Amino acid sequence: MQISTKDIIKPENLVYTKTKLLTDTPLSYCPGCGHGTANRIVMEVLDEMGVQDKTIGIAPVGCSVLAYNFMNVDMIQAAHGRAPAVATAVKRVFPDKFVFTYQGDGDLAAIGTAETIHACNRGENITIIFVNNGIYGMTGGQMAPTTLPNMKSSTSPYGRDVEIMGHPLRITELVAQLPGTYFVSRQAVHTPAAVRKAKKAVRKAFENQKLNKGLSFVEIVSNCNSGWKMTPNDSNKWMEENMFPAYPLGDIKVPKDENI
Amino acid sequence: MNEEIIIAGFGGQGVLSMGKILAYSGIMQDKEVSWMPSYGPEMRGGTANVTVIISDERVSSPVLNEFDTAIILNQQSMDKFETSVKLGGILIYDGNGITRHPKRKDIKIYRIDAAEKAAETGVAKVFNMVVLGGFLKIKPIVKLENVIKGIEKSLPARYHNLIPLNEKALKIGMEYIYEVNIN
Amino acid sequence: MKELKLMKGNEAFAEGTIRAGADAYFGYPITPQSEVLEYLMAVRPYETTGMVVLQAESEIAAINMVYGGASCGKRVLTSSSSPGISLKQEGISYLAGAELPCIILNVVRGGPGLGTIQPSQSDYFQSVKGGGHGDYKCIVLAPSSVQEMYDFPKLGFELAFKYRNPVLILSDGIIGQMMEKVYLDEPTPRWSEEEVIKNSPWATTGKVVDRERNIITSLILEASIQEKHVIKLYEKYKVIEENEIRYETFQCEDAEYLFVAYGSSARICQKAVQILREKGIKAGLLRPITLLPYPKKAINDLSKQIKSIVVVEMSMGQMVEDVMLAVECKIPVNHYGRTGGVIPSPKEVADFMMQKIKGE
Repeated sequence: MQISTKDIIKPENLVYTKTKLLTDTPLSYCPGCGHGTANRIVMEVLDEMGVQDKTIGIAPVGCSVLAYNFMNVDMIQAAHGRAPAVATAVKRVFPDKFVFTYQGDGDLAAIGTAETIHACNRGENITIIFVNNGIYGMTGGQMAPTTLPNMKSSTSPYGRDVEIMGHPLRITELVAQLPGTYFVSRQAVHTPAAVRKAKKAVRKAFENQKLNKGLSFVEIVSNCNSGWKMTPNDSNKWMEENMFPAYPLGDIKVPKDENI
Repeated sequence: MNEEIIIAGFGGQGVLSMGKILAYSGIMQDKEVSWMPSYGPEMRGGTANVTVIISDERVSSPVLNEFDTAIILNQQSMDKFETSVKLGGILIYDGNGITRHPKRKDIKIYRIDAAEKAAETGVAKVFNMVVLGGFLKIKPIVKLENVIKGIEKSLPARYHNLIPLNEKALKIGMEYIYEVNIN
Repeated sequence: MKELKLMKGNEAFAEGTIRAGADAYFGYPITPQSEVLEYLMAVRPYETTGMVVLQAESEIAAINMVYGGASCGKRVLTSSSSPGISLKQEGISYLAGAELPCIILNVVRGGPGLGTIQPSQSDYFQSVKGGGHGDYKCIVLAPSSVQEMYDFPKLGFELAFKYRNPVLILSDGIIGQMMEKVYLDEPTPRWSEEEVIKNSPWATTGKVVDRERNIITSLILEASIQEKHVIKLYEKYKVIEENEIRYETFQCEDAEYLFVAYGSSARICQKAVQILREKGIKAGLLRPITLLPYPKKAINDLSKQIKSIVVVEMSMGQMVEDVMLAVECKIPVNHYGRTGGVIPSPKEVADFMMQKIKGE
């Protein structure tokens, strides 16, 4: 018997649907990039919490600069690196809203280091989603603060020489040291199992915000198949073999008063 | 009435607060006032000065290069401001620590040994009010009652118990100021 | 009944922001304006009106906090002095691009570089000719008294929200540090969330079912759309120019010689006018209160009765260019400036005009 798509697309066969907190705008991230999934889980969590009308997101400069095209909540586009400062003010003038930043590694860990550290240190009651792919993706694959030793980029074409270019910055471990951070976790979104864990961490982060616990910081180690010049599959494999040893997954700072 | 005054001395002598009290006294007497401090690096430990203007009219420039009255509390200020007194104006100084006394014959010069008298009479804490009392004796541009109101306005409430001491100091100043004749 | 107080310009400004119903102040210490943050921290409006006061980690963070608060339709502001205002320029450009209302106070000190901490007016070009990148303008108010330091936060917020545009208050070390009489009026209450939503339906207040998402951005990737956006901004600036020019004249009715000066220089010139009038010279003063929009027409109109103009600024000559443009070369325009933190005295200003009159 010949089966057509009409026979398959039926309500009773529906196993997954796009959250209404993602717009219908097609994602402009490169095919194979982890950003799309990361966008999705953040929006799913906010949808499940039923807080669309109370959420204000801050998109910075980098690949996530156009996140406001996809995230179906009120959004502010911030200057490069300044999202935590913008979010600080939004939360302070609207203490009852859910406020998050969605930042890449160049934005959060290079140009915005001061704003990141100080928002964390003040314990601003916000959620920071930090997507770390070890490279400047939007501008065409330049070296980032998180680029691994010997890793090639357009501004380290012979590989990152730590003698000249310094070491990868593990900013997530750094902010975990600050008394203002309540929950710090590092996750990935390259396999279904990883996505489930990452989503759990993101949910935890927003739940903490609801309870006024202070700053929650979730790093998502991701691939950049375009910047790394690999196929999506190869980039995920490379990420597991090279990025994860440098940026090990798991919770880094868990509140003392609870186990998750 | 338009009185342009410079008060100059060391930081810590209460130069700025004396100016503030004088300005507030002016307000209590429905006058227009301005108070402009020197706030350069010298405010941190060195000399301090403040220009106070009390006037019937709206004050124009808060910054001036000559004055009706100069109140001078150290040698550096003497060197700097003796020449800035207008012809026929007034210079009041505390002799304490002064090695080169004023010489101008075209102005009136008054001396008040405020530091010494304040120490003798137990009002050293409000030495600047002794000086202000001296000035008001020579130029009674504001009434004593308005000066007391000015002090009340200038001081935080926790220091209001010091108002009688301030008043005593003002009166001591009025008593001990004297004219110096330059020959 | 208005309350009467003797206050420093910086303190009056801080009190003015509270009483203007400000929602948040974000600042960073720098001389000669630190009293703004110090005053707010001492008065603690967060316990009374609910106004947020936060010392940021840098001027850059502070202006971006202003960007965040303004995005939410709140009445927010920052203050700094010259080097700090330079750091804020990127943020000001973003605020202008995203059409966000806010107030930025600059208590100008001598430059360039770290410069001096004494009064100056050498940030005029930075304030009215751009400062940050791109085609944009800020409304610029120039207070010349402590009372205006108190009044301008309220006026600034009115203009900022009327036009969805940043308002710069260009002051200087004299106006910031001096004390004068200030009449304090009844406080304006802060807006409730309902009022914020009503007054600023564009603000990010949380997407509700009955409206589209609100997005605050200055990013437009399509050149032709960016051009349209800038043209729209310039149409707005034209409306501002038609409606919001403010200036003050002093003894201009019969004046033959005119000073043009703003801020504390205008105060100095007012005294110089008195000095010259005592000598029988018919001098007058025009003081622009808005530096942008600039009172070009008022100066041009006066130039018909005036023989020559002296522009007095605490700079090497910045506003003088706008005066020259305004008079269209009809009469001589001279400049007298002291810079680097040096304050001109009324006498030297009067002498300069005398010299120019004799030279003609």
